[in-house]
Amino acid sequence: MDFVILVATGVSGAIVFSVVELIRRNRLKEKYSLLWLISSLVILFFSVSRKSLETISLLVGIQYPPSFIFLLASLFLIVINIHFSTVISELFEKNKTLTQEIALLKEAVKEIKGGNE
Amino acid sequence: MRTLIIIPAYNEDKTIVNVLDDIRGHYPSADVVVINDGSTDATSAVTKADGAKVIDLAHNLGIGGAMQTGYKYAAVKGYDIAVQFDGDGQHRADQLDILLAPIIAGNADIVIGSRFLGPEGYESKLSRLIGIKIIAWTVSVFCRKRVTDPTSGFRAARRNVIEFYTRRYPEDYPEPEAIVLLHRAGFRMAEVPALMKEREAGRSSITAARAFYYMIKVLLAIMIDMIKVPGR
Repeated sequence: MDFVILVATGVSGAIVFSVVELIRRNRLKEKYSLLWLISSLVILFFSVSRKSLETISLLVGIQYPPSFIFLLASLFLIVINIHFSTVISELFEKNKTLTQEIALLKEAVKEIKGGNE
Repeated sequence: MRTLIIIPAYNEDKTIVNVLDDIRGHYPSADVVVINDGSTDATSAVTKADGAKVIDLAHNLGIGGAMQTGYKYAAVKGYDIAVQFDGDGQHRADQLDILLAPIIAGNADIVIGSRFLGPEGYESKLSRLIGIKIIAWTVSVFCRKRVTDPTSGFRAARRNVIEFYTRRYPEDYPEPEAIVLLHRAGFRMAEVPALMKEREAGRSSITAARAFYYMIKVLLAIMIDMIKVPGR
């Protein structure tokens, strides 16, 4: 087995383990960990199963099979980053609405209490 | 018709009192609300001391989020017309009658006060004028209607637009973007000539490079607005 495959197996195994641990300890919402889990499991699978790695590499025209793992990893990173951007946008929108609502509520409370202090 | 004048203010404690006096002097029938967008100076205190209504945002939301707060307030309070009026002193309350006329007559849902329609013309740095012209041309093509001053923040909205704004209001460059959004949602827009003052305080140090950069960002934002799913 190539050294590079050994490293890939170790690293993806460690990622799977950390993600599971983070979920178990309630430090990561399942919703946000799904992509990490899928990515690391897929990479782990291709690192362990030399045969499937070679088959799929030849299929897409990659001469050196381990580079397929790098390709996978970068694709997953792009997808995960886009996903995070949508999560941030959603949080930003909620934060804005909350800030506005609080300001309007403070104004309403002031009015109920009797005008401008 | 009940009219609310919304003044978004971010660190405007040097100009806000003059702006409030100007409005009271020329348009006393309207209510005024200042949206203090997380100012770090005395904007809120100065406005309160002046007796005007202030809504304080807990942190700085930017001009888009602050203006939308004002429109939400107008919607809740049941105002028929909401006017957007800058806190830096460049807008003039004696222009409000002209601005509101098309809405009161029922001819428009949104009216924009344009610096370029008047007989006197508006003087500014050349780079800035060119930037505004290119944005104006782009917005006019997209809206199939002549728009001369898309970056003007002096504008009035009828009840239906106020309600639309509570649901959708652009964040980054709200003035030109709002025109495109309103056009796509099918509202009637009108422009009227409006005189404006030079800024009383604050920074207007726009270099040619920054004017160009601003123009590119606005054009990109408008194009993104054009591909967004329209809604009401």
